[in-house]
Amino acid sequence: MGAQLRVYKRRIRSVTATKKITKAMEMIAASRVVKAQRKVAASTPYATELTRAVTAVGTGSNTKHPLTTQAETVVRSAVLLLTSDRGLAGAFNSNAIKAAEKLTARLEAEGKQVDTYIVGRRGLAHYNFRERKVVESWSGFTDEPSYADAKKVAAPLIEAIEADTADGGVDELHIVFTEFVSMMTQTALDDRLLPLSLEEVAQEAAPQGEILPLYDFEPSAEDVLDALLPRYVESRIYNALLQSAASKHAATRRAMKSATDNAGELINTLSRLANAARQAEITQEISEIVGGASALADATAGSDK
Amino acid sequence: MAAELHVALVAADREVWTGEATLVVARTTSGDIGVMPGHQPLLGVLESGPVTIRTREGGTVVAAVHGGFISFADNKLSLLAEIAELSDEIDVQREERELERAKAEGDAHAERRADVRLRAAAAR
Repeated sequence: MGAQLRVYKRRIRSVTATKKITKAMEMIAASRVVKAQRKVAASTPYATELTRAVTAVGTGSNTKHPLTTQAETVVRSAVLLLTSDRGLAGAFNSNAIKAAEKLTARLEAEGKQVDTYIVGRRGLAHYNFRERKVVESWSGFTDEPSYADAKKVAAPLIEAIEADTADGGVDELHIVFTEFVSMMTQTALDDRLLPLSLEEVAQEAAPQGEILPLYDFEPSAEDVLDALLPRYVESRIYNALLQSAASKHAATRRAMKSATDNAGELINTLSRLANAARQAEITQEISEIVGGASALADATAGSDK
Repeated sequence: MAAELHVALVAADREVWTGEATLVVARTTSGDIGVMPGHQPLLGVLESGPVTIRTREGGTVVAAVHGGFISFADNKLSLLAEIAELSDEIDVQREERELERAKAEGDAHAERRADVRLRAAAAR
């Protein structure tokens, strides 16, 4: 076998191995998307009921709460960025990071200080590499977040918003995450989570102008709101984590699918080249034989004379 | 007036139990409360504790609920809890071990969780 042909054969073997790996990763990601979507669906009843309850308190009483009061001048904002622990997901992480940077730039242009909180090793690595300050970060659960993880993330954020601005507290909380629109579309977006506007929540809960009953609060509207709002924030963060996870798996699936397709194409091209090389080798051998034979024939014909 | 109410017991990550019931007893921060069909709209904060649901068929469902809310309106009752499990799902031996461990380590949260689960399992 010729040297060229051997090189082609070797490359085909290696690309085939890569293709098998990417194909497996694609299928794993596909099954994880379905699982993550199911988790999003399973968490919906709780979120809906909670939204209803928040609306009920919001419309049924004039209670003030640190989580719903808009500061007159916002000095400091917190930005919570949700990324994944692992890459191989196309532009998933860079899109989320870009969205966070745009938001940060906008907030800074408005004269606010920005505290960054990050979920996921990828986002943290990006910020650490650029030596930017990160107040707190979490990782290790981005593939399959549980409610306990959401609580862990929410706790310091709620604490920060309840603290005075002078003591390092923040006045508002933004969240940047990747919304799972469909298998093919995921968009990184930012959303202001706190202070919560009760009117917006009410609109979300009853868009058709449904009238909520007058509730009896047990023990009191303030206490209920006190207990409800942190849970509401946790549930929103939980939902964002789940959507982010679903989006990440969908992005991985897509990236791995195109890698598999590319590998297939590469194998095709390489096999054609290998075929051509083999054919060229054969042609060369034949012409060598023919050339040799005719040279011999010429030689013998010459000696006859 | 309808003689039954629709109950939805939902935890943060799943729906634990839904169905029709005639009476629901839960513990709020200001004491036990029983809700029957036609109750006034209510929104309350739940303590950790067992919740008893008397079903339409006359059976009883007991669930351990760890904090959360009870909300009732239009004969629809929702019990929202971060963590909730039905008494049938509770492994008594495991929880007893858990209680021992929590007591030994002085982990008040874990101790309370295990205690609530055991009480719910006992009321089964």
